[in-house]
Amino acid sequence: MPQDQTAQQLESEELVPPAEPHAAHESKKVETQADLSAEIKAMGDRYAEALKNGRAPETMPRLDYAPYRSSILRHPTKSLHHTDPETIELYSPAFGHQDVHALESDLTIQHNGEPQGERIIVAGRVLDGDGRPVAGQLVEIWQANASGRYIHKRDQHPAPLDPNFTGVGRCITGEDGSYSFTTIKPGAYPWKNHLNAWRPAHIHFSMFGSEFTQRIVTQMYFPGDQLFPLDPIYQSIVDQDARDRLVAEYDHELTSPEWALGYKWDIILTGSKRTWTENEAYGDAGDEE
Amino acid sequence: MSKLAPTPGQTVGPFYGYALPFNKDNELLAPGSPGSIRLQGTVYDGAGNTIPDAILEIWQPDSEGNIVQRTGSLVRDGYTFTGWGRGSVGNSGVYTFTTVNPGPVKPGAAAFISVAVFARGLMNRLFTRVYLPENEEALANDPLLSSLDPERRKTLIARRDPDGGLTWDIRLQGGDETVFLDFQQDGSLETSVNADHSAKENQA
Repeated sequence: MPQDQTAQQLESEELVPPAEPHAAHESKKVETQADLSAEIKAMGDRYAEALKNGRAPETMPRLDYAPYRSSILRHPTKSLHHTDPETIELYSPAFGHQDVHALESDLTIQHNGEPQGERIIVAGRVLDGDGRPVAGQLVEIWQANASGRYIHKRDQHPAPLDPNFTGVGRCITGEDGSYSFTTIKPGAYPWKNHLNAWRPAHIHFSMFGSEFTQRIVTQMYFPGDQLFPLDPIYQSIVDQDARDRLVAEYDHELTSPEWALGYKWDIILTGSKRTWTENEAYGDAGDEE
Repeated sequence: MSKLAPTPGQTVGPFYGYALPFNKDNELLAPGSPGSIRLQGTVYDGAGNTIPDAILEIWQPDSEGNIVQRTGSLVRDGYTFTGWGRGSVGNSGVYTFTTVNPGPVKPGAAAFISVAVFARGLMNRLFTRVYLPENEEALANDPLLSSLDPERRKTLIARRDPDGGLTWDIRLQGGDETVFLDFQQDGSLETSVNADHSAKENQA
């Protein structure tokens, strides 16, 4: 191998250290998108076959989803143990306006200048499995900037940081379970799962329900992304209808004239196990006045 | 049975570190204050290596067994016990919380802390529990613990340290894998996490 090529490789490795290091036992062979796409397709085909044979549709990601290489050593191999939630699990921590300032829901005003990129509004409602609004609860988001770069120190993707964009927001849901963020449309970004791996543009969402068993961290995507079929994280949800639930819809009613494009995305938490009284259903809104 | 299909979870990914942690996130009360204990442990993967990019949440009753519904977890005033905390592991996979021993919520019940586990490479959060080791009668009568094999049961019980703290490790995979919980009976979701195994074994 010519020396300059080695130097070049070293340099490129320094520029992009692995934010997603490969599993330790993996072979040295460079895995391409075609290799990964074949694995993704095989798992999708088996699922489609099982559906045809009457299997109930899946609604969650597979914990055991080898195409996302980092999951190989990080998923339980024993079945999750079914149990009825008890006591503390039937309640959720309380958050309110002591915890979150109203301005934290606007990610475009956290610095002196305007961030680069396409300004958007992402709004919707947090509902439980029976359609009841989850009022007065915490929603947290984080995301890459318009060029696909996270401010996180481990993200070394050589795309520009934006001094006017951090990419972190929070809010407390309203009485009707509603939330709304003003932000910048994030860019796609490369990662090290395989050669030429790119994540579709997404915003990380973290939500609490009325019960701790409803706790969810997920990712919201944008409609029509060409990277969907290629992405092992999105495809770890093998059911197409379930995957679609992570994709926001463009909503012109939500678009603000001469200001920002609107995307609507509702979140449905897993079913409630507690026996609800009317007061709890309508009155659990943190310390909102 | 819920009427609406739930939104799927996704991995917390590698870049939560500038977003989810906050000041005193793992201090449910100030270290050293009366009644405070340390809850500490290490998170391991299936090869027995420590995981440097996991983040945990704990949610528990106070020392009297009361379920607290007070705001102020994100901006702690140093006095209000909210019952909830969040702790990132460090480079060596170790997490630490300062909290209180949870009291039993019902008389004679086994006292436990509810735990949610998130990590890069973990496709969806996992729920589990950590029990206090002392009240053996309560542990023996606990509905969850009594439904588990002895070998698996011990993964949910913390060890009491000489200084009064608790040590409890989490193993995401392997022979001594921590018991993780499925609260949904809807059938379609979490119970099917390993649905692809049989297909793979058939191919092998």
